[in-house]
Amino acid sequence: MDSPFATAFSLIASGDAALMQIIGLSLRVTLTAVLVACAVGLPLGAALALAAFPGRGAVIVAFNALMGLPPVVAGLVVYLLLSRSGPFGSLALLFTPTAMILAQTLLILPIVVSLTRSVVEDLWAEYREQLRSLGASRLRAAPTLLWDGRVSLLTGVLAGFGRASAEVGAVLIVGGNIAGHTRTMTTAITLETSRGELGLAVALGIILMALTLALNAAAWGAGQWARERLG
Amino acid sequence: MMAARDLARDAAPQILPLRLEGVGYAVRGQPLLHGLSLTIRSGRRLMVMGANGAGKSLFLRLCHGLIEPTAGRRLWASGEARAEAQAMVFQRPVLLRRSVAANLAYPLALKGMAGPERRDTVARTLDRFGLAPLADRPARLLSGGEQQRLALARAWAMRPQALFLDEPCSALDPSATLTIEAMIEGFATEGMTIVMTTHDLGQARRLAEDVAFLHRGRLIEHGPADAFFAGPETPEARAFLAGDLIW
Repeated sequence: MDSPFATAFSLIASGDAALMQIIGLSLRVTLTAVLVACAVGLPLGAALALAAFPGRGAVIVAFNALMGLPPVVAGLVVYLLLSRSGPFGSLALLFTPTAMILAQTLLILPIVVSLTRSVVEDLWAEYREQLRSLGASRLRAAPTLLWDGRVSLLTGVLAGFGRASAEVGAVLIVGGNIAGHTRTMTTAITLETSRGELGLAVALGIILMALTLALNAAAWGAGQWARERLG
Repeated sequence: MMAARDLARDAAPQILPLRLEGVGYAVRGQPLLHGLSLTIRSGRRLMVMGANGAGKSLFLRLCHGLIEPTAGRRLWASGEARAEAQAMVFQRPVLLRRSVAANLAYPLALKGMAGPERRDTVARTLDRFGLAPLADRPARLLSGGEQQRLALARAWAMRPQALFLDEPCSALDPSATLTIEAMIEGFATEGMTIVMTTHDLGQARRLAEDVAFLHRGRLIEHGPADAFFAGPETPEARAFLAGDLIW
């Protein structure tokens, strides 16, 4: 029997169709989840930083705590919502990529919200008087602060991407690891390893790590560039 | 274009004089400013002086409308609660993480100035203050002197009738200080009312037409600068001018 590494490299080198399909789906699910989480989380985090309302502290603590939400629990929640007897059962979304996107969005959202809140709050402390003096209301200040915090916010978005691309519990529960349909890199590694098919598992592992490395390198580079260019 | 702008400016309500009537400011029952009554007249250069902690910065923030008096009344001639046609320059100006030109455009956009007029105003402001070569540079990477020059230019572009400056030169070297002072004098020549705090006596002598002297949150002297520097009425002001530490 070939070593799993030899198999892995030949799979990658030959651009194996099943392998490419799994990578494509993983990226589609995770990137979509990151986009949705940012679309909701950036304004929500900014609002949480700038608004004063009763119970604000509790909401902040809740979002901080949710950053540690176990992926299997997120999966379970989405499963309960989407299962046939659940409130959204009629949409028949369970075991589809959409369900996986939902579950991963749930995992990423608290990270984006909490980090945005903290970045915007710090900037607001520095900018508050100046922006008020220039004539900006709190509402108008929010997009300004988000834009000025863009370098720091990128780190949070990346952490969210890392969390979603690495997790297996949520996508396994709501996706079901159906070959060619809902099988992602992490669920495939779990399955192939348990079946003793280490070649594909190692190939996916290598690609997953390379991807994470490349993304972090890009984010670091962007941060350095921005610091030099923008101050 | 210019004529239209000037017309618009003339049509704007006159916000000065600004009258403070028995104004006080307290935080958690702790009074920091008390019983301030004075009138800030149009077209004058008023230097607000006093020792550290006398309440100079609070006084400026209160006039500008960043904080609200907890006692007494602040009355703009235009009747507005917070006059529109005013601006403030801080000791450490906050510049946005974008280009010099974009920093100038930002408050104009907040005021609702349309795109073409805004670009025109930004271009004229860059030219007028010699900032054109820096237009595309990130504002945060400018030197301290350049940053304060940009902050003053940004305030000027807003066409304020009253400009408040809080120790605008305290973090600058002598040559940058002179540049900023020349800008302030230029603004005054155009008819802008200047209200500025400084702890630099030389600077106060160079720029002041009127002086307000604060001591422990109270206004204890207010009047023409010549008289104040020639013969201050209170022992606190005399001690301050003599360079003594007063408490």
